[in-house]
Amino acid sequence: MRPENYQAINQPASNEYELNFGPNHPGIEGNYAFRVKLNGDTVIEAKADAGYLHRGFEKLMEGRLWIQNIALVPRICVPDPVPMEVCYSLAVEDLCGLEVPLRAQWIRVMQLEMSRLAAHLFAFGGHAATTGMYTPMFWGVADRDLILDRFEELTGGRVYSIYNIPGGVRREVPEGFLERLSSLLDYLESRLPDYDNLFFTNQVFIKRARDVGTMTQEQALKWGVTGPNLRATGLAFDVRRDDPYLVYDKIEFDVPTEQGGDALARNLIRRAELKQSIHILRQVIERLPSINGPIRAPIPNPLAWNVPAGESYTRVESSKGELAYYVVSNGSEKPYRVHVRGPSAMHAVQVLEKLAIGSRLEDIAQIMFSLDACPPEVDR
Amino acid sequence: MSDIMHKDKGSILGPLKNLSFFTRKPVTEPLKPRDASANYRGFHVNDWQLCIGCSTCQKVCDNAAITMVRVPGLPADPVKGVRNERPAIDYGRCCWCGLCVDICPTSSISLTREYVHTCREDELDSYFILPDPNGIHGKYFPKGWAKSEDADLVELKRQPMAEMKPRKRSDNFDEIVDGYTDQQAIIEASRCVQCGMCHDSCPTHMHAPEYIRNIWEGDVEEAVRQIYRSNPFSHVCGRVCTHRCETACSIGRRGEPVAIRWLKRYAMDSVSDERIREIAAEDKVDYVTGKKVAIIGAGPAGLTAAYDLIKQGHTVIVFEALDKPGGMTRYGIPEYRLPYDRLDADVEVITSLGVEIRYNTRIGKDVSMNELEKDFDAVLVALGLQQGRSTRIPGTDNENVRSSVDLLRRIAQGEEFEVPSSVAVIGGGNVAMDIARSLARLQKQAYGKVGMTVAALEDFGHFLADAEEVKEAREEGIRILDSRGPKEVVIRKNGKLKGLTTLGVVSIFDEDGRFAPRYDETDEILHEAELVIESIGQMSDVSLFGDELTEQLEWNRGRLQADDEGHTSVAWLWSAGDMVNGPDVVHAVADGHRVAKSITKYLESGS
Repeated sequence: MRPENYQAINQPASNEYELNFGPNHPGIEGNYAFRVKLNGDTVIEAKADAGYLHRGFEKLMEGRLWIQNIALVPRICVPDPVPMEVCYSLAVEDLCGLEVPLRAQWIRVMQLEMSRLAAHLFAFGGHAATTGMYTPMFWGVADRDLILDRFEELTGGRVYSIYNIPGGVRREVPEGFLERLSSLLDYLESRLPDYDNLFFTNQVFIKRARDVGTMTQEQALKWGVTGPNLRATGLAFDVRRDDPYLVYDKIEFDVPTEQGGDALARNLIRRAELKQSIHILRQVIERLPSINGPIRAPIPNPLAWNVPAGESYTRVESSKGELAYYVVSNGSEKPYRVHVRGPSAMHAVQVLEKLAIGSRLEDIAQIMFSLDACPPEVDR
Repeated sequence: MSDIMHKDKGSILGPLKNLSFFTRKPVTEPLKPRDASANYRGFHVNDWQLCIGCSTCQKVCDNAAITMVRVPGLPADPVKGVRNERPAIDYGRCCWCGLCVDICPTSSISLTREYVHTCREDELDSYFILPDPNGIHGKYFPKGWAKSEDADLVELKRQPMAEMKPRKRSDNFDEIVDGYTDQQAIIEASRCVQCGMCHDSCPTHMHAPEYIRNIWEGDVEEAVRQIYRSNPFSHVCGRVCTHRCETACSIGRRGEPVAIRWLKRYAMDSVSDERIREIAAEDKVDYVTGKKVAIIGAGPAGLTAAYDLIKQGHTVIVFEALDKPGGMTRYGIPEYRLPYDRLDADVEVITSLGVEIRYNTRIGKDVSMNELEKDFDAVLVALGLQQGRSTRIPGTDNENVRSSVDLLRRIAQGEEFEVPSSVAVIGGGNVAMDIARSLARLQKQAYGKVGMTVAALEDFGHFLADAEEVKEAREEGIRILDSRGPKEVVIRKNGKLKGLTTLGVVSIFDEDGRFAPRYDETDEILHEAELVIESIGQMSDVSLFGDELTEQLEWNRGRLQADDEGHTSVAWLWSAGDMVNGPDVVHAVADGHRVAKSITKYLESGS
């Protein structure tokens, strides 16, 4: 185009601009994106753009046998897969009226807490990275790996254990496993002061995270926030304690709360829950050897298994909040409908969109990690 | 609540405490390669000796990662329940859930602790691998996730079958077995993994996976429809079939096979006779071809052929020498195993389609073969093995030495005869058990006790009769001796019997595998008996053919020679049943179908 044909576009002066944040961004968990409208560095509008990890799990489950879905569900949430398996199994057991043997229930609690530890280590490590502190991230991932080693020993799989099955669990606990788990807990407990020094009491982190992404308890309840994010607003609600499943009513543990409702408070809750999970696991290690019996209730041949018609809504407390499965059976060999109530779907979409407004661009990643949002679970 | 103290205005120097890590072991040290854990779910390994190619792993696979691949050179034997197919795994799809391991009926497939497989870009197809006993790379790796007893997904125990207690059943001919209840049948049917080994091994290839599935779904009418696709004698086969299906059943590799025979019986008993007749008639053509077929013998082979032929529009007339249908199933099988009314129900299905049975009509006497040739387009001879063979040991020509088939027929016909208080049976097959148990019942009725001895040539490890039969016979008070060879029937001076002497058996076959029993002459026992029964095998009475036709036909060691389709060397004549392939009901049924197909082809094309 010739220079004389240039025409200046007549646009009002503005500092506003749009930015695509993600889907491939070091500050985003998984593949997830935001279309952010900024004024300078300040976010004035954020629109979540999900779907990059959509695999259609809920629909896929309708086409598979009841038992085949046990291999599908853990993939819904990569960092914390065990609650998915357990919750799905609990729902199927509820529909079938299967009574899970006591030993299997304790083994499930053990896995759930191991998974919570691993997920919290991953989450705080991730958060540290968003504030520029990479050593805690390496520590979180390295120590999580030690938990995965124990998962490998117990279940044969490091990340997707596929160890729970409607009726119970699939293998007996290996010999000497509890001792090794116990020494791992000792190690992890000894690491807590290191984490505190480097991260949780570090002023760099505290000053970055305080008053970022703050929500009140009222807002949290209105927006469907659960788990550590809700407890960070001062409400001590935990499915394990308030609607106990498995053998949580026989276990002693605290439900930590914080008042701040901000990114800092949410991280401090996870830090406190590391300690609680270690405490729960110690009780399991003490009690499990004296609980004998089968590890699985008798189940029919998986290739000819009609689950009685009905519906079941079963919830558990995952590391990210309240996870629930709504399973409908029409009496056939495959589920009629499986709906997953994922905690992250609440946190990563509407909550994050709201909390981001008014924050600075560099804090979006921090808010997302502080909410421990899990994109694969949002998309499913 | 938090147990850590985060100071609001803490020192920015806090992290410096971690300077101590300069002297400590690093947290993120590089990992060295290590062995996977004992439970690890790595690549597959498959013990080809144990694997039978049943494809159950393929059915349970979440990701359709398993394809059954034919491996030439491996044994394939439908009767034994072995296919030469083995699972090949697409590692682009496999998610290592290990369900294939947990459900494998044979426990042949396992996961190893091997977890490294790499390839160049041009070798991407190398992710589709057939694991053999050495794994996927031919290198030894210890097993990881393998079958564990407490996590087996296969139910190895079958539903127990309720039956009459020995004391209650030993003096009457009521059916022993009660049959499954609805609940038992559904549970038993749910054990099936739908591998189809039963279908392959069955002589008439019954659609067992289909009808088992229908029973599990609670649709017994559909089950009967599936049953009638291949067997119109299912009341009979549901009770007395030799159930090769259960021998081949893949669940039977480690546990008790699915009770396929009892399930068939359950399906047949659950549907009314009237409805069964309607179902059987569903695929009958609605025209008449005008062709006429004569069938000699109203046993399972003849009537099965009649069933097939009438459904295709041919006119069928069955000639039966005796006054009731069923052949050897009626006159050879005691009523406590097969109630006559169930046999009648099977036959009525066939007659209700329009098959005419002419009773008391003996071919060769009442009607000649020449007349049949003239009046009909095709003739099928479907004779059973009605004549007993004799051991021909000294004394067997006495009138108190009888053949088992002869006596069984007389019992079935309701003839009165006096059974003596002591009887000895020579033979160890199912027919020997049948006659021993039938006569034991009559003894119990007459004397209140049983005096029955069975002397079999074989030892218990190689017994010919079913283990169940032997067990039940013993429960009814019958003495069964193994490895006893008959020597002589001892006769008193008054012509009555003193008993049977037997010798201990050293070996039955000679080095070439020929039947040549050797006895230990020092080990002789006299079994006192007023009646001795020979039950060592049967043969057909082929006198009906007449001299001229016998000359024309080809014979092989006394058996009528026929091709694979039952067609004899005479164009209009076919043969089927025990006289060709026997003795066994389900083989007779299979024969009936085969011959009917051949006859139809002949009638339609004239060759």
